[in-house]
Amino acid sequence: MTLAKRIIPCLDVDRGRVVKGVQFVDIVDAGDPVEAARRYDAQGADEIAFLDITASSDARDTLVHVVEEVAGEVFIPLTVGGGIRALDDIHKLLRAGADKVSINTAAVARPELISEASAHFGSQCIVVALDAKRRGGDGAGDGAGDGNSNGAGDGDGNGDGDGDGDDAGDSGWEIHTHGGRQPTGIDAVEWAARMVELGAGELLVTSMDRDGTRDGFDLALTARIAEAVSVPVIASGGVGNLRHLADGILDGRADAVLAASIFHFGEYTVQQAKQYMASQGIEVRL
Amino acid sequence: MPGIVIVDLGTGNLRSVSRAAAHVCGGGDGDNGAVCVSAEPRVIAAAAHLILPGQGALGAWIERLNANPDLRAAVLGRLRAGPVLGICLGLQALYARSEENGGLPGLGLLDGSVKHFAAAHRRRCNGDGDGDGDGNSNSDGDNAAAGKTHAANPARLKIPHMGWNRVRRVREHPLWHGIEDGARFYFVHSYYVDAGARDEVAGESDYGVTFTAAAARANLFATQFHPEKSQQSGLRLLHNFVNWNGE
Repeated sequence: MTLAKRIIPCLDVDRGRVVKGVQFVDIVDAGDPVEAARRYDAQGADEIAFLDITASSDARDTLVHVVEEVAGEVFIPLTVGGGIRALDDIHKLLRAGADKVSINTAAVARPELISEASAHFGSQCIVVALDAKRRGGDGAGDGAGDGNSNGAGDGDGNGDGDGDGDDAGDSGWEIHTHGGRQPTGIDAVEWAARMVELGAGELLVTSMDRDGTRDGFDLALTARIAEAVSVPVIASGGVGNLRHLADGILDGRADAVLAASIFHFGEYTVQQAKQYMASQGIEVRL
Repeated sequence: MPGIVIVDLGTGNLRSVSRAAAHVCGGGDGDNGAVCVSAEPRVIAAAAHLILPGQGALGAWIERLNANPDLRAAVLGRLRAGPVLGICLGLQALYARSEENGGLPGLGLLDGSVKHFAAAHRRRCNGDGDGDGDGNSNSDGDNAAAGKTHAANPARLKIPHMGWNRVRRVREHPLWHGIEDGARFYFVHSYYVDAGARDEVAGESDYGVTFTAAAARANLFATQFHPEKSQQSGLRLLHNFVNWNGE
């Protein structure tokens, strides 16, 4: 098997500027997304994701210009998400130089957008982003750790093989929208399968319980979805160290791992992350 | 008249291709550096270097070509002489047959056919005596032991084949100049080329099955991967292309 597992640094962009602060040693303007993208490219990032968190819709076009500029000098795949509602939004971003767009809230509001978009642009450029939260709220037992969640992942995998029907409807995770604030009542695993059926070419799975905690991915969630679908899965939410990235691949069974803060704050470079993953027997592009 | 013309059949991210082509022309040798994206038969016929890109469904791509007879004639004419680089669908379209939509006819310039990964992966699995891919993938419960085991299990291979894979040199070609054998390029596709003529294969990769990653014959060179998204190795290949005379 020679296909490399991918590392995808993610940049949160508000009104055309990187937020949360990117700290590279010799960067001139930490808020400039073009400079940040250039730096990640030089470190060996396999792709770069931009998430537009701009609240006002009138300022959204700024991201199109950012994508245009980045695409002119960074020759690796670019994924852009945030606020995509219609085919026209997708068209604009692809024309600006994005290779893939990631769609979240709009897919929940109107699932047919995914089938229309994949028919129109090809499923290879349609990523569906799922924000999932454990049902029952407090996430008790999460902290018990990775060993625990691995076990759950495997068990679930077996269940899937026998028949999706049984457990569809309550995998234990629920889809949320609007940046995780709004519960939808939709089961995460069932939703993942449906999105692939409608034409999603890839899934970006974010654990809302783990996002921002630096406790590592929700491995059981990632593994459960990776087992259930035929398309590549990107694990997201919770990375605090390099071990977490490797766990996302080995135990979470993801095809790619996405992280923001560990790269932004200069704790690790993408290159260091890849070297660590390679030391764990994971195929990476060095 | 621009030297490098990118054929616009309305699919894929043509901007990336034109940006990358313009980037490698920055050095200035070989061409005048002008790059254009066009569906104009006259422009295509006169192109010094022609790039035939495409992403998504081959059926829609071929349909758009066939819907415009003048465009089709210009492209086919230009494919006969002068340097051409096909990318992704621009590789697949050069073959005669595709499994897509139950047997779609291609341009038939190269010998081979276009197949879906799912069928190839199923054939591999059946060899294990386990008809059900899922059942098989569940057997690696002891994942502590390994990434390797389940990564090597064809039942677990995701489709599309998406990401950076190694390309093995099958034969020397001016477009490989300065690129190491086994270098990684970025792929995203669900169908692959099963070449019929070994001497038309320039490079190959593995994804459950060995497939044609690059094909070459006379003035044609075509890649399944995306050089415009493959960082240094991809830019080098594009640089080699714009400095190639097609021989």
